[in-house]
Amino acid sequence: MKKIYLTLIVINILVLTLVFPALPANKPPAKGETLPVFNLPIPKSSAEKGYLGLSGDGLFKIPQIKTKVVIVEIYSMYCPYCQKDAPGINELYNLIEKNPDFKNKIKMIGIGAGNTSFEVETYKKTYQVPFPLFPDKDFAIHKACGEVRTPYFIVVKINDDGTHQIVHAQLGNYPGAEPFLEIILKASGLK
Amino acid sequence: MKKIIRVEMVLISIVISMWIFIPAVYGASDAFKENIYKVGALKPVDSKLNVKVGDRAPDFTLPSVSGEKVSLSQYRGKKNVVLSFVPAAWTPVCSDQWPGYNIIKDVFKQNDAILFGITVDNIPTLFAWTNQMGKLWFPVLSDFWPHGAVAKKFGVLRSDGVSERALFVIDKKGTLRYIDVHDINKRPPLEDLVGALEKLKK
Repeated sequence: MKKIYLTLIVINILVLTLVFPALPANKPPAKGETLPVFNLPIPKSSAEKGYLGLSGDGLFKIPQIKTKVVIVEIYSMYCPYCQKDAPGINELYNLIEKNPDFKNKIKMIGIGAGNTSFEVETYKKTYQVPFPLFPDKDFAIHKACGEVRTPYFIVVKINDDGTHQIVHAQLGNYPGAEPFLEIILKASGLK
Repeated sequence: MKKIIRVEMVLISIVISMWIFIPAVYGASDAFKENIYKVGALKPVDSKLNVKVGDRAPDFTLPSVSGEKVSLSQYRGKKNVVLSFVPAAWTPVCSDQWPGYNIIKDVFKQNDAILFGITVDNIPTLFAWTNQMGKLWFPVLSDFWPHGAVAKKFGVLRSDGVSERALFVIDKKGTLRYIDVHDINKRPPLEDLVGALEKLKK
């Protein structure tokens, strides 16, 4: 009898993990909270691996990125505002990378809500996006993030002990690279 | 014991059905703000095709949002044609399908193809709706009157008067080379259309 219960519990857990790679949330991630739990695939490209400070294959969680602050953009190839902001977001990346004070302290990633790998690659190529982008084909991460409208920016501060918190979150209204960098520096305490 | 197993089966099916039937979140771009009308989950396909791959595509003439009339036959011998029928303006999946096509003009160009977006909405509605998408490089056609006549010709008019979410690829000879009457609740993956366009060269 006990054995059967145990088997049923195991089946339940398996079904839940298979069916819900990330648990749906009813509101977008906000300042002061931690990120919803979800995994991303370690990029195949060695340049992107190096940028994020990751190695090997498999999955990773955002707080495992070797840096102090991560800017996460939830976007879609099909979203006109994301398309319009894309050059300005690239400028933010360049601003960070060319400043030795920030280069290793701030990293950027994008998550394509409802986008297949092909669609993510198409967006990357069209806008020459220099930072890693990840597909979220079935909207699983998007659902875990409370089905935010796009683009949605989440700034995550990673502490030395491996814990993390969201220090800034905003829907759209991208103010341009320099003002946004100011917001990030202030919110994360890097300045 | 049987009771436990039955309860377990019910639980598993509830969990699985929650995942399957929660509609995916399309039309989430902030460009549309709160203006997207939620239609809920619909019957995936609700019409019967009148054409098949290999057939000559039925000709039609429709007015476009920019004012001129467009006939399919005017492209014969000149361009491959992609018809993208979407069900209706201001609805979730449709609102974020064409903005994706809008950034791959080069893919259409490389394959010597032109794209036409078609819905059964009238011109003023299409004008307001497509303005939210930024400037579209491809013509948007209105199959409003006689209502859904072109959708009906192809066999993609649903019983409630909107069209299916359907893609037709027509080669320069006017022959249908690819048809995807997609589940209305989902966006067709871009790779399928691009794959169909690339096949035209072969």
